[in-house]
Amino acid sequence: MDDPVVQTKDLTKAYGKGDGARLAVDRVSMTVRRGEVYGFLGPNGAGKTTTLRMVLGLIRPTAGSATVLGRPAGVPETTARIGALIEGPGFYPYLSGRDNLRTMARYRGLPDALVDAALERVDLADRGDDKFKSYSLGMKQRLGVAAALMGDPDVIVLDEPTNGLDPAGMADMRALIVDLARGGQTVLLSSHLLAEVEEICDRVGVIARGTLLVESTVSALRGGRRLRVVATPLDRALAIAMRIAGEEAVRLDGDAVLLDVPAESTPHVVRALVTEGLDVHEARISERTLEEVFFEMTDTGLHAPTGDPRTSLEAVR
Amino acid sequence: MTTVLETRDDTTSGNPVLHSTRADLLRLRKWPAVWVTVGAWLALNAMFAYLFNYITYSSGDTNFSTEGESRAELLAGLLPSGLAHTIPQGMPLFGGAIMMVLGAIVAGNGYGWGTWKTVLTQGPSRTSTLLGSLSATSVLVAVVVAATVVTDYAMSLAVAVGQSQSTALPALGDLAQSVGIAFLVMEMWALAGYLLGTIARSPAVSVGLGLVWALVIEQLLRGVGGSLAWVDSFTHVLPGTAAGSLVGQMVGAKPGTPDATPGLLDALSYDRALLTVAAYLVVLPLTTWWMVRRRDVT
Repeated sequence: MDDPVVQTKDLTKAYGKGDGARLAVDRVSMTVRRGEVYGFLGPNGAGKTTTLRMVLGLIRPTAGSATVLGRPAGVPETTARIGALIEGPGFYPYLSGRDNLRTMARYRGLPDALVDAALERVDLADRGDDKFKSYSLGMKQRLGVAAALMGDPDVIVLDEPTNGLDPAGMADMRALIVDLARGGQTVLLSSHLLAEVEEICDRVGVIARGTLLVESTVSALRGGRRLRVVATPLDRALAIAMRIAGEEAVRLDGDAVLLDVPAESTPHVVRALVTEGLDVHEARISERTLEEVFFEMTDTGLHAPTGDPRTSLEAVR
Repeated sequence: MTTVLETRDDTTSGNPVLHSTRADLLRLRKWPAVWVTVGAWLALNAMFAYLFNYITYSSGDTNFSTEGESRAELLAGLLPSGLAHTIPQGMPLFGGAIMMVLGAIVAGNGYGWGTWKTVLTQGPSRTSTLLGSLSATSVLVAVVVAATVVTDYAMSLAVAVGQSQSTALPALGDLAQSVGIAFLVMEMWALAGYLLGTIARSPAVSVGLGLVWALVIEQLLRGVGGSLAWVDSFTHVLPGTAAGSLVGQMVGAKPGTPDATPGLLDALSYDRALLTVAAYLVVLPLTTWWMVRRRDVT
């Protein structure tokens, strides 16, 4: 399970030279393990596509390295074992969906028989003979996924596969990815949609302004659940909360006290507050969404609240 | 340490160059633009090489392009026995320009559509992909030359039967030389178009530049070359001069005379022209290869 399928080490891409150089990707080190759905999360222009292009050998890194299945990225032996949809589907507009896949199958040296199965897989079998240019955006994206699936690759790289799709199209695409993941397929998925990543990914790497801010499991990143209590007077509530949970696990958020305690201690905390004669106005479990975590990290540009992201995220748990 | 963009072989069974050639042939065969371009060439060739001359011949008049030619000479070019001279005549200029368009769209469109990106994520190395694409383009050029030969033969046969003339073919050696030269000239222009399409990464820019170059600039330079010696020697290494001289020397063209076929020259000797065309056939794909290998695909 811990066998790395894709691994990058200090992968860097700079455009321009000298002082005017702009770092599109800055020392990104990430690891995608076998059988997992890895979410590569970041705002538009963060360097996601550039990183994926380097993993596929489409562009040359300025520094650092990328390996796929233990071999350098970009060599035909590795590229042949990756199925990819990078920054929108690129197909011949005048060819039918089926002929486009047949063309790509020939490049891979695969038999034509695989084409129908791939079309079937993405629900395009009945539109396979229509020209690519007549397809809707959702169908074009699905054809891109079909091309990526052909030949049973070891890893599938999907760059923003739901970009531009309507809600139904997005749901279909996610269902398809979840389906792939259930089949044990390793998927590297880039997205700027947090809900999407939260829903289907096992682990995520968060990238902003070219830098990988954190790499972690989704649940570790969200930092688990917290108890949110509003009680007056506030200073006494804070003191009691600290006595119960320890100083490290208590934070003040406006007039609410946030406690990192297991869910089962909720009655204990509330009872303590009431026994001490405080007025309890509200007590509820609040879960951080990935969105909150994401904005916390990307807005400040900090790696994490304090110190090393991985250890502090573990501590929050 | 950087990642390696190229290697020698492929893990999938079979030859990756062959895979790429088959793939590219499939998409070229089904591309309407290819059929339109090739059809335009065949129609133009039939009109200028046969139809207009035949009408002139049968009406007994002389027109602007046949002025000074005797009717007997005119007929000789229209018969099967004249095929060796007729086949390559329109190729240095018109056929070449159309092949350049073909090469430019084959290479250039893939960047706008993002198909090169998709193709390069399939597995074959850039070198294999390019070799396959160039092979497919060469097959296409060969098919165009073959179709030209067939059209010309059919037209000449029709003239011969209609005028009760001999349907004898020219000597096989002459015909082979003629077809060979026709292929070399057309292939050179197609590869030039392919390079332009690769440089510009767009069909429009490369087609525009290529046509202006082949149809206008080279002609202007040759005009200036008449009075400036260094420009004259510069024009001697240009592809249009080489192709025009190669065909011109073979058919014994007399440029400057009123009945000269546009594009046919006698600026270079036959051997020198053949050598220059051959040099282009090596340099053009090598430059394309160098460019495709080193560039990022975005």
